[in-house]
Amino acid sequence: MKYLKFLLAGIFFGIVLAKAEIISWYRIYEMFRFDAFHMYGVIGSAVVLGIITVQLIKRSKMKDMYGAPITFNPKDMSIPRYLFGGILFGLGWAMVGSCPGPMFILLGYGYLPILVVIAGAILGTYVYGLMRSKLPH
Amino acid sequence: MIEFISQPWPWYVAGPLIALTMFLLLYFGGNFGVSANLRTLCAATGAGASCDFFDFDWKKQIWNLVFALGAVIGGFISYHYLTIDHSVQLSQNTVDALTEIGFTNPGAEYLPPEIFGMDKLTSLSGLAILLIGGFLVGFGARYAGGCTSGHAISGLSDLQLPSLIAVVGFFIGGLAMTYFILPLIF
Repeated sequence: MKYLKFLLAGIFFGIVLAKAEIISWYRIYEMFRFDAFHMYGVIGSAVVLGIITVQLIKRSKMKDMYGAPITFNPKDMSIPRYLFGGILFGLGWAMVGSCPGPMFILLGYGYLPILVVIAGAILGTYVYGLMRSKLPH
Repeated sequence: MIEFISQPWPWYVAGPLIALTMFLLLYFGGNFGVSANLRTLCAATGAGASCDFFDFDWKKQIWNLVFALGAVIGGFISYHYLTIDHSVQLSQNTVDALTEIGFTNPGAEYLPPEIFGMDKLTSLSGLAILLIGGFLVGFGARYAGGCTSGHAISGLSDLQLPSLIAVVGFFIGGLAMTYFILPLIF
C-alpha cells in the first residue's frame, strides 16, 4: 500500500509525458532547433508553477502526508560539475531524444530498442561511479 | 471526453501536470528526480561491492523505482488506450531539416525508425548509437547530479543556481549534437 501511490503517480506522469509527445525523439530535436514553442511551453509552465509550489510549501512550512517537514536540499555550488555533466547529458539527450523518464515510458510504448538506451544509461551511471574521484567536481 | 484525451495534449496542460507530479511526490515523502533510479538499479544489482558510490541503503529508494515502473505502465496505457493517431505534427522547418539529413517521413510515429527501428538491434552502428546515447545520458546525469526532472524542473523550481548551470550545459550539449554531430552521423 505504501508504494501504490507512487505507482499511480508514475502512471499519471507516464501518460502526461506520452500524451504531450515529450517522449518523442522528434520533439526534442525540434526543441534544440528552436522550431516550435511546445517543449519550452511545457518546461516553462512547469517551472513557473513549480516555483510557486515550492515557495508556498516553504512559507507555509507544509508537511508531507506522514507529518514530516518537506525539505529542499540546496545543491553544493560548483561550475565544472554541472557544466561538464550537463553538456554530456545534453549530447545524449539530443542523440537518443530521451532523458531518463521518457526512457521508461517508451518501454511501455513497446519500443524494444529503448532497452539498449536504458542499458547504456545504467552503464554510464556505473562508469561515473567508478571514475568519480578522478573527475573535477 | 475520450475524444479530447485522445488528442495530443497542449503544453499548457502538460506543464502544470508535471508541476503537479512534483508536488505529489514531495507530499508523498519523495522527490521528483528520475535519473536517481539508474544509480539505485546499480546499487540493487550489487555494484556497491565494487564501488562505494553505489554502497548506500538503496531500499529507501524503492518508491522511486515503483514510480518508474508506473511510468512504463503509463506509456503502455497511453499507447494502447488513449491515442488514436500516433503521428507527431512537427513544424515544417524540422521536417525539412530532417529530410535533408536523410530521414524519411519525419513524425510518422513517436520515434524515428532511422534510430529506433527493430533492424537497429542487429546492426553494429545502430546499436552503438543507442548505447552511446544512453551512456551519455546516464553518465552526464549522475555527473551533473540530476536530469531534466531533477535539475530543469525540481532544481529550477527551487531557484537553485547549480541547476541553472546544468540546464545551460544540457543546451550546449544538445545544440552541439543537433547541429554538428547528428548531421555527421546520418
